[in-house]
Amino acid sequence: MSSVRLLYNDKPGMVMLVLLAAAAVLVPLCNLGFPDGHLLHISTFTMTLVGKYLCYGLLAVSVDLVWGYLGILSLGHGAFFALGGYAMGMYLMRQIGDRGVYGNPLLPDFMVFLNWQDLPWFWHGFDYFFFALLMVILVPAALAFAFGWFAFRSRVTGVYLSIITQAMTYALLLAFFRNEMGFGGNNGLTDFKDILGFPLQSDVTKAGLFVASATALALGYLCCRFITGSKLGRVCTAIRDQEPRVRFLGYRVENIKLFVFTFSAVLAGIAGALYVPQVGIINPTEFSPLNSIEIVIWVAVGGRGTLYGAVAGALVVNYAKSYLTAAFPDAWLFGLGALFILVTIFLPRGISGGMTGLFRKRQEIN
Amino acid sequence: MASLQTLHPLFNRDEVFEFLKPDIPPSLDLSRGIILYLEDISVSFDGFKAINDLNLYIKDGELRCIIGPNGAGKTTMMDIITGKTRPDKGSAWFGQSINLLKLDEPEIALAGIGRKFQKPTVFENHTVHDNLELALAGNKKVLPTLKARLRSEQQDYIGETLLLIGLGDRPYSPAGSLSHGQKQWLEIGMLLMQRPKLLLIDEPAAGMTHQEMERTTELLTNLAGEHSVVVVEHDMDFIRTIARTVTVLHQGSVLAEGSMAEIQNNQKVIEVYLGG
Repeated sequence: MSSVRLLYNDKPGMVMLVLLAAAAVLVPLCNLGFPDGHLLHISTFTMTLVGKYLCYGLLAVSVDLVWGYLGILSLGHGAFFALGGYAMGMYLMRQIGDRGVYGNPLLPDFMVFLNWQDLPWFWHGFDYFFFALLMVILVPAALAFAFGWFAFRSRVTGVYLSIITQAMTYALLLAFFRNEMGFGGNNGLTDFKDILGFPLQSDVTKAGLFVASATALALGYLCCRFITGSKLGRVCTAIRDQEPRVRFLGYRVENIKLFVFTFSAVLAGIAGALYVPQVGIINPTEFSPLNSIEIVIWVAVGGRGTLYGAVAGALVVNYAKSYLTAAFPDAWLFGLGALFILVTIFLPRGISGGMTGLFRKRQEIN
Repeated sequence: MASLQTLHPLFNRDEVFEFLKPDIPPSLDLSRGIILYLEDISVSFDGFKAINDLNLYIKDGELRCIIGPNGAGKTTMMDIITGKTRPDKGSAWFGQSINLLKLDEPEIALAGIGRKFQKPTVFENHTVHDNLELALAGNKKVLPTLKARLRSEQQDYIGETLLLIGLGDRPYSPAGSLSHGQKQWLEIGMLLMQRPKLLLIDEPAAGMTHQEMERTTELLTNLAGEHSVVVVEHDMDFIRTIARTVTVLHQGSVLAEGSMAEIQNNQKVIEVYLGG
């Protein structure tokens, strides 16, 4: 019932959730139910690709929550995504067992290669799925909490905050590149075999991951909608517009920012954890500042401050990227650049802003 | 044995360490009839003394006007009272018991001091109603705010305030669409929602038409009594209509204090401010 109330004034959000539910049912059905070559068959490749986009969608929602509603332009959300991904990757590594290239039952391949004798302390516990799941949530949350504690308390805002979020993800990039860190160095973690006992190569597992991604996106969207629709959400937009005024009303701005920022980091971590089993690899380039900037571009293309716009932006930009790289291998970057320029000129408030603009115009004509 | 004795305080079962004591600001004590004490306050920015040995006392329920030429330190004084600026020396007390210099902006706001800024600062993307709702007194911690629902008496209070500030007919307009004067009133309305004991109002009449100014006068004089009100203003006509006691600031300290008639005849004031 409460979710119905939540969506009462959110038609595009409702449309999106219906589409997501339909996709979560139909895509696996078409993939598993119809043989290859059948008209209605959806290839496993396509399903995994869309599943990946859905993870990006959740990541974009998490960025839109802090940027569109709280005014924090985070250029480091890729770090939380990657940390969630690494936590999941470590679980998947432990599931390999003695099926690695070196056949060592105790150590992952890269540790054998580095001549390590024991499992480092921080790898213990990742044999258990629930522990890994806990880490998927706790590790990004801890980083966001520690980072936000210092940044928001010392009232770092605007472009300075953006720069230090960027520095944070860059520092992690450099750290994870090092072999001594124990996360596989520049190769990262890969060669996964199965998850919860299901082989990752099978279509059924991939369909399951697809459904999980769609569900996570829907739930993440609803949680964010709950926050933005509450009084806290109105305080957040007030902070975005007039931070000092909110302080003089008696709100502890730093605590509110810390709460929302940490929550957003958890969403990004969950997105990363669902992304890794679908693409089959996690490596330090996920920490690259470029990735984080790209997320912001998705949100900007989709239109910030709407949540569903962020999802639309993530899907459109990533689909365009996949399409253009295949269709114009030499010129795809120009195509992507043109997309950004066209959106900025013709849809300054993004896809969602353009849609509501069109809708209003039609209402006025009627 | 002696060393055991030195350790004894640590085993004291009823000992509560200083850092474990909850940091509850004491409640407002107005037993002496004075709501605000500013004593020997000085603050300088890069060698420029914005406030210089300022002494100011505001009585409970008083409506006080503060005037002074540009750079007299009026806004800096408000910054000090609301915790935005820390003075280099001096003391600032809210009633008998609350040391303002130990609190930060949200704590001072919750203790009961509301402030209206010189430039009207309302949340332009929020509706008039939401602006008042955000200012509403209550638990302003994160999780209670997340779960907050308007109770009917709170809704009524918002309605009353809307009528009081003359915006009863447009509660759902975005605040950004209001006229300059209406924004000023909305901000005063937001102050009222906080149910403060002391209101600091910076230039309420700036940029207002004559009628708007009259309404503002009415609003402010109604507030005095239940609240203590400090108004900083430039407009002499406006001050003449509301003032009971006027304080003149000059170069960061009090030049004169008294009724409007006394002030207007004060030789020093005429020299520095009224232009002789």
